[in-house]
Amino acid sequence: MVDLKNTDVALIMGSNMAENHPIGMKWLGEGRRVRGTKIIHVDPRYTRTSVVADLYCPMRSGTDIAFLGGMINYIIQNKLYHEEYVKAYTNASYLVADGFDFQDGLFSGYDAAKRTYDNKTWDYQYAEDGTTILKDPTLQNPRCAFQLMAKHYLRYDIDSVVKITGSPKNKYLEVIKLFATTSAPNKTGNIMYAMGITQHTVGSQNVKSFANVQLLLGNMGRPGGGINALRGENNVQGATDMALLFHIIPGYIDSPMNTAAQKNLLSFVKAVTPGAAKVPATNMAEFRAAVAAGIPNSGFKINTSKWVVSMLKAWYGDACTEANDWAYHYLPKRDAAKNYSHIAMFEAMYKGEIDGLFVMGSNPVVGGPNANKEQAALTKLKWMVSVDLWLNETSDFWTFRAWERPHGGTHHTETFEPKDIQTEVFFLPACAVYEKEGTAAQTGRWVQYRWKGADEVGQSKSDLWIVDQLSKKIQELYKGSTRPEDEPLTKMTWGYGHGEEPEPINVGLEYSGYFVADGKPIAGGFANLKDDGSTACGNWVYCGQMATKPDGSLLYKPQKRDNKDNSKTGLGLYSNWGWCWPVNRRIVYNRCSIKPDGVTPWEGDADRVLIHWDPTNVSDPTKPDVVGAWVGDDVCDCAKTAPPDKAVPFLMRPEGTGCFFAAKGSFKEGPFPEHYEPWESPVKNLMNSQAVNPASKIWEPDKKGTTADYPYIGTTYRVVEHWQTGALTRTMPWLAELMPNMFVEISEELGAIKEIKNGDKVIVSTTRGDIEAVACVTKRIKPFVVDGEQQHMVGAVWQYGFKGYATGDPANRLTPHVGDANTMIPEYKAWLCNIRRA
Amino acid sequence: MTRLMTNLYDSSKCTACRGCFTACKDSNQLPAVFDKSYFGGPGNGTYDSKDGDTDANTYMMIRFNETEDPVDGVRWNFLKWQCMHCMEPACLAVCPKSAYTKLDWGATFHDEDKCIGCQYCTYACPFGIPKYRKHTDTVTKCTLCYERVAEGLTPACARSCAPGAVKFGYRDELLEEARIRVKFLRANGFPRATIYGETELGAGTNKLYILTDTPDKFGLPVNPQVEGNTVFWQDWVQPYAGWLIPLALGGSAVSFVTSRVVANKNEEHGKGGHA
Repeated sequence: MVDLKNTDVALIMGSNMAENHPIGMKWLGEGRRVRGTKIIHVDPRYTRTSVVADLYCPMRSGTDIAFLGGMINYIIQNKLYHEEYVKAYTNASYLVADGFDFQDGLFSGYDAAKRTYDNKTWDYQYAEDGTTILKDPTLQNPRCAFQLMAKHYLRYDIDSVVKITGSPKNKYLEVIKLFATTSAPNKTGNIMYAMGITQHTVGSQNVKSFANVQLLLGNMGRPGGGINALRGENNVQGATDMALLFHIIPGYIDSPMNTAAQKNLLSFVKAVTPGAAKVPATNMAEFRAAVAAGIPNSGFKINTSKWVVSMLKAWYGDACTEANDWAYHYLPKRDAAKNYSHIAMFEAMYKGEIDGLFVMGSNPVVGGPNANKEQAALTKLKWMVSVDLWLNETSDFWTFRAWERPHGGTHHTETFEPKDIQTEVFFLPACAVYEKEGTAAQTGRWVQYRWKGADEVGQSKSDLWIVDQLSKKIQELYKGSTRPEDEPLTKMTWGYGHGEEPEPINVGLEYSGYFVADGKPIAGGFANLKDDGSTACGNWVYCGQMATKPDGSLLYKPQKRDNKDNSKTGLGLYSNWGWCWPVNRRIVYNRCSIKPDGVTPWEGDADRVLIHWDPTNVSDPTKPDVVGAWVGDDVCDCAKTAPPDKAVPFLMRPEGTGCFFAAKGSFKEGPFPEHYEPWESPVKNLMNSQAVNPASKIWEPDKKGTTADYPYIGTTYRVVEHWQTGALTRTMPWLAELMPNMFVEISEELGAIKEIKNGDKVIVSTTRGDIEAVACVTKRIKPFVVDGEQQHMVGAVWQYGFKGYATGDPANRLTPHVGDANTMIPEYKAWLCNIRRA
Repeated sequence: MTRLMTNLYDSSKCTACRGCFTACKDSNQLPAVFDKSYFGGPGNGTYDSKDGDTDANTYMMIRFNETEDPVDGVRWNFLKWQCMHCMEPACLAVCPKSAYTKLDWGATFHDEDKCIGCQYCTYACPFGIPKYRKHTDTVTKCTLCYERVAEGLTPACARSCAPGAVKFGYRDELLEEARIRVKFLRANGFPRATIYGETELGAGTNKLYILTDTPDKFGLPVNPQVEGNTVFWQDWVQPYAGWLIPLALGGSAVSFVTSRVVANKNEEHGKGGHA
């Protein structure tokens, strides 16, 4: 977050940063003070963030791709892009396969019946060797990524865009022109986003649009640049790092599936290592040799087998050997035909396919989409364990109060009585964050250890204690079993402390990694990991966070608290405060902070150089003949001793470059972002004849509302006074006092149409349900003029429920079960509703 | 004379997170007045709680002023609202029991032990700040955290402000900072930016404000005045308070005021008593 102070222009889009990330906002304030940072806010509502922005531009919810597409088109057509950066650090010059095509909103390979794409044409042109990508460094070839992108976006002219987004044209142009100033080599611009960008059927492509903008302007990998996801919880970054997601194992590796193609470790690593599918290896030894020799177009992920085997070694210890395929068969496999995302899980629960549920630090009765249905789904469970500070709405979903609906109405919803609900609910009281120890990884990937600040209350326990006990008890139950199917439990290593209380540092050591022979931490980082069973590492991206002190004890780097800035030019890297994954690199892609030659700073930007090439440096004293290395204030994000022409800036991409054209399986709905309307939209798509994202996942087609019954755009958001589902804050008297009632915000214009005054009780309804709320009629919300017609928006705070002091109906009783094509994130941010006085 | 210490509130930096509000309640151990029948929240088209005014259990708050004009469009002006700690406090002037004193470093201190709950101050205050608390039969208001300042700490509101909008320090230094800031703001999109509290009420207040627009856009009185009868009270009544109070009570004008006070006291003085 400190890096925000280095930016010249900050574009906050789809985020109410001042309210939801107040401390991050502090660093933009510091930027204003030290370098006159300009702040742009683009959002459907005028919020507390708009107040502190230099420029506010409204935009209809769900039209980000159009908004950013117009920006991209303007930058390209007016040649405002950072040409040297684009040519050197992106795939702009790469030639795209002839089969790739785009017609009327559909890319080549669409299967309408399955609503999926066959992406085999989304590829590059290769030389005769089949691996060398053909390029045109002049960017003139009509089949190069740059020209295809220029053509794709040509339709996004200013007038067409504002017709879709409803933004005032003059404000829109101001935004584009101001942000495009950051293409100057001595300027950088930063984009900050949150759920306003991601919670759409096109959430992933919204972010891809940001990537295109930032690569064009040369803003990636430089101080004050980048695309920054503002995390909604203080450790959500840590949660995804540790794979609290349905599709990955720790370290962002695709989780294995139950298919024949992934039947053993070799086939699995071939599938998850880019470019490895063609490797003819028939066993792991041959594969290892192929990796050592190098696999074309693989990027740094060529090392995936080392990460996977080291993880299996950490999990299964002595039971993980070459002879038993490194215990790969112990790993749970996803059913390839099933979807395990949040919505899909609740749909399956609703159908009675799931018996039991653990709910930890989550409150789906308030926070889940289509909350009425998700609450009903809980009634189909045999048992549920709720782990939280106190009884929240989900723990108490079975009570009479939980089934109360406005005016006794059961509009489109089932209701239950407690006596009819057979779900057995267990409640485990948990410690609050300040009552336990451990690490949290924040938005900028800094992992910081937090010591206990207060003793736990009553019998509440830390999450670590709860999981540790659970695991021990389960292992106890299976003790002595000789059945092979029980081996994943009986052979699992588990030991994080002495006696009853687990030690966070022991968990930290496991995912940092250690040498199996002596148990010593792998201080040098993931370059030392092996796939021969000699190293164990629970999560390769965290490798190296643990070292050994001179006295032999463990040095847990997230515990470091040196608040001295090690940047010589005052960039605020603070490299000895906490630890940052990977390998304590504070700014990723930092190879881009200097010109391609590796020695010349971008014109006028010498103070923002993070690393440079020193041709005489000997980085490893044991290899005196390797001369030349990347040095600087940050840890280089390229091969340490690779000379500038070989040191690619985007290591994790198979191409090694930033991608305008996202090849192959990068995205489910195409290599370039295209505007589609939200699933429920009041208008037709002006860009193409597809309505919604053709690859998005729709669970309840019959629940689609139409403008005849539901004419207004609905959206949800938070306020600073409450946190997430409000389970914590609505029970705090001082915070409850500040925001005591569930409310919805509407414009004065809509208020006049519906005869709703400030403070009136209103009913907001969708096909999923209805809620009662207090109306806040405000100047801060304005109708959008879309294609010549006024469209009204109803904004609902989603943080209320029936528990605590500040109560109200959950806004998520209105939101649909529709998911983004890639992430399956629900479309919370744009749907259709109606509103009337109660 | 001791160097004056004060709060500076910069409206251009405030994000209205209301951390100061909760810090104030925490530091002063003020209860949340949470009445289910009380509407609160977004009651007036904006996010003001308590109808936008302090009360006996709320010494300070952030006010949300929504404005709109054809040039600037919609603006949402936040204002930190509490006792202004006037240099020449009207509350102190009218208090018959000398419950108010002006501390040498600038705070207007109200001693609840001396307060008899007569509420004259609530009428005299040009900002309508002091509020009557029924169950203690006293008046309450912001203390400028005098007890924290005595310990070398900053007031709770300044301590809690993440964006750095609330500061505490020497008044002369903060005033200088405010002048520089206003100059900057005027050149950067806020041509009407101004300082408030430097000269208001003649001698100024011991709370300073950097406003991005004119005071009326923040709900502040553009030209606050202490009412004439307050001056009369200070100069003529108080020096002879011992014998003049019973005499004055006989006078029709004052009895009118008194009856208003008594009536108000019975039904708890909720809103600001000032027109």
